[in-house]
Amino acid sequence: MIYMDSAATSLLRPPEVIQAVCEAMQRLGNPGRGAYDASLEAARTVYQARKEIGGLFGMDDPSRVAFTANVTEALNLAIGSLFGPGSHVITTCLEHNSVLRPLYRQERRGALLTILPCDQAGRLRYEELERALRPETKGVVCTHASNLTGNLVDIRSIGTFCREHGLVFVLDAAQTAGVFPLDMERDCIDVLCFTGHKGLLGPQGTGGLCVRKGLELDGLCTGGSGVQSYRKEQPPGMPERLEAGTVNVHGIAGLLAAVRWLERTGISRIHRRETELMRRFWQGVRLVEGVSVYGDVAVTPAENRAAVIALNIGDLPSGQVCDELAQEYGIAVRGGAHCAPLMHQALGTVEQGAVRFSFSYFNTEEEVDLAVRAVKELAKAAGSVQENV
Amino acid sequence: MRKKELRVVVSFATTTQAMAMEETAKAAGLKGRLIPIPRQITADCGLAWSEPAQNRVALELLMQEKKLQCDQVVELVI
Repeated sequence: MIYMDSAATSLLRPPEVIQAVCEAMQRLGNPGRGAYDASLEAARTVYQARKEIGGLFGMDDPSRVAFTANVTEALNLAIGSLFGPGSHVITTCLEHNSVLRPLYRQERRGALLTILPCDQAGRLRYEELERALRPETKGVVCTHASNLTGNLVDIRSIGTFCREHGLVFVLDAAQTAGVFPLDMERDCIDVLCFTGHKGLLGPQGTGGLCVRKGLELDGLCTGGSGVQSYRKEQPPGMPERLEAGTVNVHGIAGLLAAVRWLERTGISRIHRRETELMRRFWQGVRLVEGVSVYGDVAVTPAENRAAVIALNIGDLPSGQVCDELAQEYGIAVRGGAHCAPLMHQALGTVEQGAVRFSFSYFNTEEEVDLAVRAVKELAKAAGSVQENV
Repeated sequence: MRKKELRVVVSFATTTQAMAMEETAKAAGLKGRLIPIPRQITADCGLAWSEPAQNRVALELLMQEKKLQCDQVVELVI
């Protein structure tokens, strides 16, 4: 199989990640539940992961890094905690349902929501941000990169805007953590939500949020914490405040191994490699008759994009193209809607969906060339069918 | 049963604080270790740092210097 669905999950990952998970399952107990070796070793592993993941995002206090099952849970936690009835929150039409649905729920509970539009290339219209501001505006929630088009959002500009206006800035870094440099201080991010299993190359079931000092959120759940058992409420200190029950120690051990691999390899090197592969693919398909490529790829330097190319072939349903790619060429990509309904509306692909190729550091030029050949052949076949109709 | 002796015991509000303590104390060459929080401090669950009592000054200086957070520091025969 040629795997080109890394925006969905990093199936291609360093072997030490898998090894770390297996070792953790054999060796680690429940963190913070005892002073014996297996429990302490689990707590040390989780603590190191907090330190190193926080460090990756410019956060120097490990206690401000809380783990969740995925970025969706982290976003639900942050959005549910911050934007109650009467508050106004701004988001964008680039968002994934992991942002939109928690916001819609808050809207049903009495919050006010403004969604910033984008242009036909899926680029955010930043000039609308100032206009969206109201006296009751509490914050902005946005993605760093569209999971559908790969278009990047200028988060420093949004973060600076938030600081200037006293707003909370919640970032969904699902598509960029581990590939783009992120710094909570420099980028003025108050809450950074991440998933462990995409660019960070860790296992599924890992994710979390980094919360800047001075901002306190309420957890989604209450329950066991390993401290202060006789309190009726969740302990107020971070990170236990946001983590009820046993965290995914085995997954976190894998995530720690992955982060160490990222640090050794270098995020800029990984980003450069992914960019090269994306550019090679785009060069191969951009002029193919019948192929429509979405997003800002034609007008934005490749290094300022996530390594994603979304396209369609003629009016073929995207799911059918994916199936052809999988069955005839062994290429794994995602089709249909991409949990980004507003982006599909903006691109005019609600009915057709889109075929998304997303590239990994571990893909090769040969794989990319085969994918280009596959697209060309499918486009040619689709064209022939069209002519015969 | 092990023989009881006077120890300086540091309790914490979170496991993360206990981990920070352990990492810093070990790096500084202190001789203590993490133990289950003694009943004399609280009936709650959690971890505490237990250090030979003669190291109390060094321990508290280190905690101050590294800005380590804790719940309380007490001397106990445990």
